[in-house]
Amino acid sequence: MITAATPDALSALLATRDWLLADGATGTTLFNMGLGSGDAPELWNVDHPGRIRTLYAGPVAAGSDIFLTNSFGGTAARLKLHDAQRRVAEVNRAAAEIARDVADTAGRRVVVAGSMGPTGEIMAPMGTLTPALATEMFHQQADALRDGGVDVLWVETISAPEEYAAAAEAARLAGMPWCGTMSFDTAGRTMMGTTTADMVKLVARLAHPPLAFGANCGVGASDLLRTVLGFAAQGPERPVIAKGNAGIPKFVDGHIHYDGTPALMAAYAVLARDAGARIIGGCCGTTPEHLRAMRAALEDTPPGPRPTLEGITAALGGFSSLADGTGPATAPPRDRRRRRT
Amino acid sequence: MAEDEIILSELPDDELVLQMHDDLYDGLRPEIEEAVTLLLDRGWSPYRVLTEALVSGMTIVGNDFRDGILFVPEVLLAANAMKGGMAILKPLLVETGAPRMGKMVIGTVKGDIHDIGKNLVAMMMEGAGFEVVDLGINNAVEKYLDALARERPDILGMSALLTTTMPYMKVVIDTMKAEGIRDDYIVLVGGAPLNEDFGRAIGADAYCRDAAVAVETARAFVARKHNQIAPSP
Repeated sequence: MITAATPDALSALLATRDWLLADGATGTTLFNMGLGSGDAPELWNVDHPGRIRTLYAGPVAAGSDIFLTNSFGGTAARLKLHDAQRRVAEVNRAAAEIARDVADTAGRRVVVAGSMGPTGEIMAPMGTLTPALATEMFHQQADALRDGGVDVLWVETISAPEEYAAAAEAARLAGMPWCGTMSFDTAGRTMMGTTTADMVKLVARLAHPPLAFGANCGVGASDLLRTVLGFAAQGPERPVIAKGNAGIPKFVDGHIHYDGTPALMAAYAVLARDAGARIIGGCCGTTPEHLRAMRAALEDTPPGPRPTLEGITAALGGFSSLADGTGPATAPPRDRRRRRT
Repeated sequence: MAEDEIILSELPDDELVLQMHDDLYDGLRPEIEEAVTLLLDRGWSPYRVLTEALVSGMTIVGNDFRDGILFVPEVLLAANAMKGGMAILKPLLVETGAPRMGKMVIGTVKGDIHDIGKNLVAMMMEGAGFEVVDLGINNAVEKYLDALARERPDILGMSALLTTTMPYMKVVIDTMKAEGIRDDYIVLVGGAPLNEDFGRAIGADAYCRDAAVAVETARAFVARKHNQIAPSP
């Protein structure tokens, strides 16, 4: 449990350092180890623990201060696709136990973060998922990750604010500190239309707020940095997380390959720090090689001024959309004939 | 803003159709259902109601989604309103032998639960006059092949939203090649992480970045296919 006397491992590490390096890709790494497309990565926690240990050892050896467990799709809603909805406790606990052991034998302080991805369901009233049901599924997963020994829960790739709030409530029920990132992949906003400013407000009004918040995945490194600038413009109180993809996916020789080089991700890491992020990592396509380059760049490059949008595109390439969705609409609102009451 | 109450039945045809475009945009299902019935009662053919009122209206929604003005919640509401209108029109379209654009089998690949994009494409394709067979989520290659054999569609549509499931679309296409049936179908793929290069690399005919593009692409490919198989003079 969290008490004032013993701060959690992530807060303790944040208190001693200006920035922390998180980890990179899970899915793309597991493919390269032989995971079949469409198969559940989480079942490997039980079926192939040795491979999961290798997965975790990659970022730890590359210098990551934080790494995520292999439990992104570990809610009942997601495991149901593989008829494993009754194995939530088993696969999440296994994900955490292997990670705990890797961290404890790392020879330095490494934080284990229990990954919790979206349920994939649509929240009511558009869809069928109620806040109560979402909280229940996340809570079940959170308890298992806690019991397996994670230091902090790590909610990621969320697009609906209601689902983010449900995960916060689950973390509270599990008595765990947490971090939470959303995916800003649709014209600068999340798929559900949430802007960076919306997210800062959402985080501020949660009863059990995250230790840190931010963005992951989305559409490439440039977009992710524009998102971080959007957070920074709000002057948030909490540390900001930047976990962007290593470029965009290409299909090369039968494999998914993200086209961002280690040099590009190194430049991204430094720009992310200068933009205001304190926890910096990668997402899809980010290998230990990328992480090593990112760590070296963060250590060797003195902090610089906050980058401009032009500076970001010059270093990393263009954005996927004209605006980040926080400003006035890019087109005038639709002119209605008459408004209904 | 409270203004004069709009009485749909008092609007002339042209204004009613414009009002339906607004109501689709705002996701007002009962209003759409009422207006569809009104137009039918006024002697409009089901096909004309479909194209001039519903499809045109959804095209506006699709364009604003593409341009980052609307997001998924608004589009889901609009699609739901359209569904209400379609439920009335569908049996009538069959009865009256309205022109058929073509047939599509669509589904999200194995391991992927996400079906928002796929559902939007299915709705827009139906709205454009295509017959759509929706296989739902989590489809293994056998499910796709069975459906192709059973339904004999013009188009196969596949959707994936995760890095871990994107390559499965290639598994399906490779299997179709191995069975010698790849070229019997137009294969369209979509999903947030994909792009045109990716679509080409896995052997699809086209990548469609959103539902509106999917409809345009499907129309173009079907027209080309029909031209190819037209008997030579």
